[in-house]
Formats: sequence, C-alpha cells, structure tokens
Amino acid sequence: MSKRSTWVLPYAIFLAVFVVLPLVLIAVYAFQDNSGHFTLGNVLRFFSDSDAVSTFALSLEVAIETTLLCLLLGYPAAWILANKKFGFTTVTIVMFIMPMWVNALLRTLATAELFSILGFTLGKGTLLFGMVYDFLPFMIYPIYNMLLKMDTSYSEAAEDLGATPVQVFLKVTFPLSLPGVYSGILMVFMPTMSTFAISEFLTNGKIKLFGTIIQENINSSMWNYGAALSLVMLVLIGLTSLVTGGSRDTNVGGVV
Amino acid sequence: MKRFLARIYVWVLLVLLYAPVVFIAVCSFTESRVMGNWTGFSFKLYGNLFGGVMQGGSALLSAIENTLVIALLAALFSMLLGTLAAIGIHNLRGRKRNTMQLLNNIPIVNPDVITGVSLFLLFVFLKVSQGYVTVVLAHITFCTPFVVLNVMPRLTQINPNTYEAALDLGATPAQAFAKVLVPQLVPGMVSGFILAFTMSLDDFAVTFFTRGTIGLDTLSTYIYTDARKGGLTPELRPLMTLIFLLMLVLLVIVNVRANRRNKIEVEK
Repeated sequence: MSKRSTWVLPYAIFLAVFVVLPLVLIAVYAFQDNSGHFTLGNVLRFFSDSDAVSTFALSLEVAIETTLLCLLLGYPAAWILANKKFGFTTVTIVMFIMPMWVNALLRTLATAELFSILGFTLGKGTLLFGMVYDFLPFMIYPIYNMLLKMDTSYSEAAEDLGATPVQVFLKVTFPLSLPGVYSGILMVFMPTMSTFAISEFLTNGKIKLFGTIIQENINSSMWNYGAALSLVMLVLIGLTSLVTGGSRDTNVGGVV
Repeated sequence: MKRFLARIYVWVLLVLLYAPVVFIAVCSFTESRVMGNWTGFSFKLYGNLFGGVMQGGSALLSAIENTLVIALLAALFSMLLGTLAAIGIHNLRGRKRNTMQLLNNIPIVNPDVITGVSLFLLFVFLKVSQGYVTVVLAHITFCTPFVVLNVMPRLTQINPNTYEAALDLGATPAQAFAKVLVPQLVPGMVSGFILAFTMSLDDFAVTFFTRGTIGLDTLSTYIYTDARKGGLTPELRPLMTLIFLLMLVLLVIVNVRANRRNKIEVEK
C-alpha cells in the first residue's frame, strides 16, 4: 500500500499552484508599485486611509459581535442536538444546513425585505441579525460534531463522583468541546469580517465592511492597494488561527 | 419540562432560519414584481420560468445553465482529485502528512474574498484570460479540501486485510483497488461530491473575482447585478423554490438509501 503515497502528488502540485502561489502573490503585489518596483507605500497608505481604517475597525466590531451572538445562540442548540435525551436525530442538524441551498444573496435580500416589512430600519441592527442568520450553521455544526464524538464516560464519571449537572457542564463537557468552539469561531469570524454584497444588501448600502473596500480597489484596477488590504486580512487570519489553536481537522467534514 | 423547553428552543431557531426561505417560496406564488407585495395567488411566475418568457430572458437562463455546469464540473473534478489526495495522504507519515493536512485546511480557513483576490492575482500573473475555465479551477480549489475531509475518515475505517485478501485470492492490484477499496470509499466520495456541489452553487465572491470581463454570469453574479440595478427578476423566486425542493428530494433519497444499507449491514 505504501506506494500509494505518490497519489498525493497531483493534489500537492495543485495546492502549490492554486493555494500557495496565489497567497505569495498577494504579498508580492502588496509590496509593489504600479511599475513593479518594491515599495512600502501600499501598506503605509492603509494606515493613513481613514476610510479604510474606520471600515476595518467597524468590520472587526461587527465580526466580534456576530461571532459572540452565534456562539450564544449556537452552543445551546448544538448541545441540545447532540444530547440523546432530547430525541433529536441527524435529520435535525441537516435541517440547519439546508437553507444554504437557496442562493445566499437571494436569501439575504429576502431577509432584508422581511426586516423592512416588520418595520425595522435597515442599519447596524439588521446587519448583525442578518449575519447571524447566514453564519449560525457554521457555528452549530463543529460544536455539535465535537459534542457528539465526546466520550460520555467522562461526564458520567463526574456525576458518579458527585458533581452537579452545572459542574459537569462547566468542568467537563464545555472544556472538552472547546476545539469545536474554536472551529466555529474561525468559521464565523473570518467570513463576517470580509463579506461584501451581503453587508450592503442588509443595510441598503449604508454600511460597508472590509471585504467591500478590497473589492472596490481590485475592481477599479488598484490591484496593488487591494493586495495590501488583503494582506492585512491575511495577517488577521494568521493571528486568529494562532489564538484559536488552528486545529480544525475533521470538524467540518461529513455534512450530508 | 426541561426537555420541552429544549425542543422549543431548537424549533424557534429553525423557524427563524427558515423564515427567509419560506418568504421566497410564498412570494413565488404571486405576480408582483417587488418581493414582499402580495397581489393575489398566481402560478404565472412558474409559467414564465418554464416558458422562458421573463425579465432578463436568455441572460437568466444562461446564468442558470452556467451555475449548474460549473457546479457539476467543479464537484466532479474535486471528487476525483480529493479522493486521490485522501488515499495519498492516508499513506503518508510524519511531517509530509502534517504539511499536506495543513495546506488542505488553508482554502477552508480563507474567507471567500481572499481566495477570490489571490486567484485573481494568480491569473493576472500567469496572463491567463479569465472566464469559464478559471472559474471552474477556482471552484475546484475551494471544494477539494472538503472532499478530502470526507474521504479521509472512511480510509481509517477500512480493514486493510480486505485488500490483502483480494490479492491473495488472485486479484491484480488494480482489480483489488477497483473492486475492494473503491466501493468502501463511495459513501465518503458521494457526501464530498454533494458538499462540493452545494458550495459551488452558493459561491459568489470567488466567481466574482475570477470570471473576467467576458460577461460570464452565474446565478449569484446575476442576482448581484440585478439587485444593484434595483429590480430583482421576479422569476428568481419560483426558481429558488424549485431548486430547494429538488435538493430536498435528493437528500431524502440519499438518506433512505443510506438507512437501507445500514439496515442490511446490521442484519448481516
């Protein structure tokens, strides 16, 4: 069987060309001016571009708030779904993922329309809740997976040794589910930070997030500055992955 | 009581999550141009959709076709590449294995915009003209990691003795691979395919950056342009309702078949 390790080669080459090289290119373009000479100008320009910096700060705020809301709403749901005594089956978890089959943009437009009908003004509030709508499944699924895989003998042992249900949860179940929580945070935080289109639809164009700024620059052929802004995002992704341990193996597989 | 509250909580979340989908479905049964206005029950939009007479006309039809063809191609290539890769990674040890798993995670962690921009820069750098091919390649890039993650657990479950037994009984390595190994991987490959198909279908940002300027539209880019122009093509409502129902039927079929297979295995 060991010869089969060479089967990885096509994918290794594919990853090198379509994942590693493009990321390197972001850095290369970020440190180049229009004529291809080395410059720090694009990166420095971000820090003096008050529009970009304030959008970055707002995106960070919205992303943190969305992630926290998703965690607060999603953790109990994942816990209930993974707990056999509540009688939910895998069909229910699939039901949380199914709305994704309706085009995300159309779903977002419908959400915005519903908010208007209910009398909410489109703005930061609707942006937050719309984002939670879109990303909640990404928080529930990894936590659910982690809780499901968990060896119940740990919590049973804690119960036998006299822990109250609250103690069992705080001292055993929750700490053991943390890898799932980290995956969920990573799956929600990064996409919310950088969405474009969705944020404009949910606020009727009033609020734009960092992804929109990147898109505007790339689309108006300011590739080097767009690349510099993408580099800022990449640094943030690196930091978040480090903080959350970056261990997200197998937590997102097998949805269907 | 606790059980009751827990069930209520999950159902309330689900009702909220489905509200926009149900809203689209309900609005597909009225003729109003603006989503949210009810102007009486009607099948007219469904008629328009199948008759091909609608705002956007051929542009919408070709967007639908592009979306489906791109999703099928991306899912198919991702499934083949991902399965091959999973078998390869499964047979790697130590640092090489860790490196491959780390690289495989990058497209999953990267937000769409970063994937889109980085691939856009790649195609600019390589001076490849962007269009259909670049979109499919980009979709394969973000779909394949999910296939790998779906096939890998299957490989660890396989008893390696079955393969050896086939060889002892006179099968060539190719036969043993095709008749013993592959059938055991099929469930993982199928769920990987469905996941890849779903992700490709739903993608907007990556397509947006890699489709070039030849006027290639998928449903997502079509809706984006449409919404920014102000009026959303009304026929999108019945279209999405039908796609949702189709996927639902597909899911039920896959699940029923999986249950039947599990039952047979248990009875054995």
